[in-house]
Amino acid sequence: MGAPLTAGRHFFSCRLAHMLLEGKKGLVVSVTNKNSIGWAVAEAAHNQGAHVIVGAQNERMLERVGELVADYPRMSAVQVDFGIPSDMEALAERVKNDFGTADFVVHSAAFAQREDLQGRFIDTSREGFGIALDVSAYSLVSLCKTLEPVLADDASVMAMSYLGSTRTVGNYNVMGVAKAALEACARYLAVDLGPRGIRVNVLSPGPINTVAARGVKGLTDMITYVHDKAPLKREFGQQEVAGSAVYLMSDLSKGVTGQIVFVDNGYNVVGM
Amino acid sequence: MADNVFEKVKKVVCEELGVQESEVKPESSFTEDLGADSLDVVELVMALEEQFSTDIPDDDVANLKTVGDVVSYIEKKLG
Ligand SMILES: NC(=O)c1ccc[n+]([C@@H]2O[C@H](COP(=O)([O-])OP(=O)(O)OC[C@H]3O[C@@H](n4cnc5c(N)ncnc54)[C@H](O)[C@@H]3O)[C@@H](O)[C@H]2O)c1
Repeated sequence: MGAPLTAGRHFFSCRLAHMLLEGKKGLVVSVTNKNSIGWAVAEAAHNQGAHVIVGAQNERMLERVGELVADYPRMSAVQVDFGIPSDMEALAERVKNDFGTADFVVHSAAFAQREDLQGRFIDTSREGFGIALDVSAYSLVSLCKTLEPVLADDASVMAMSYLGSTRTVGNYNVMGVAKAALEACARYLAVDLGPRGIRVNVLSPGPINTVAARGVKGLTDMITYVHDKAPLKREFGQQEVAGSAVYLMSDLSKGVTGQIVFVDNGYNVVGM
Repeated sequence: MADNVFEKVKKVVCEELGVQESEVKPESSFTEDLGADSLDVVELVMALEEQFSTDIPDDDVANLKTVGDVVSYIEKKLG
């Protein structure tokens, strides 16, 4: 992480006035390792001047996220599992203590049982369905509810979805249903929080090699396929998602809420 | 060549699993001897992909139980 830090400092010292997120404070939940989309988002936000609290789901991940954030002067780590109410309360408390209020919240987390990410969707168990929807969609609702008192007016909330929400994608299965729910949750939350100027949007990245994505059977083939068919032919990954995330956190997107923003080299528009 | 791949694999394994070089032998099983859980395995695979600039698809991962399995798999891939 040495190189980006130096680059970041350089950027910081010469272009302070032009940074998109100067003075903004927010959180990104969750990060597993340097490949996590959330990590690229946190790093990009930090490099645009933001203060960032980065979430780690459990103690073991906290240790690693702690090592990642150590190189960044305006980042810190927090342990939070969406399923543990005391973690959620502690998160709100932490935001209050560290920031007063948060200007952005990035939800970058999902989970489904491995057996539900392969084979036939029809075989999904009630339990597996519940787990996927709870962790991957309801968590956005509970996150917004818990943090509502500490969200700044005009804050920006976003979550990560995937094309599997509206199209079938082999093996994505129950996670596609969860992402459909997540996108619908974002629209309803946009209405609830809109009166305070708070925006809720969804980013929809194409397939990227991360730990979560490796849970979907055949991910490496999916990546090759999309790279092959998408309008843009250049490499694509976490950095591109981070760029769009910074736009959504910034005041440049002031008039945008309840939207699904695809960051997939344009793959979603291709019919044949 | 073989030694070289083994040395590189050993380095990645030590970094990812937090084990000592002396513990990493060709016959070491990732899950049984080196204490890797499912998250470790995924991360190890991704680190190996990065180190050797290659893809290791899931179907292949299923057959990579020991350090030696990985070394011969990568040697074959790098041809
Ligand atoms: N990688 C892709 O191809 C891709 C494409 C589209 C959307 N996404 C979405 O991006 C988001 C981030 O995933 P990623 O690809 O960076 O993988 P990742 O594995 O790095 O991140 C997923 C994170 O979710 C967290 N998480 C799971 N259950 C949790 C819980 N109960 N409480 C708190 N955190 C929890 C994990 O700890 C992990 O840090 C996910 O919503 C994923 O569905 C990923």
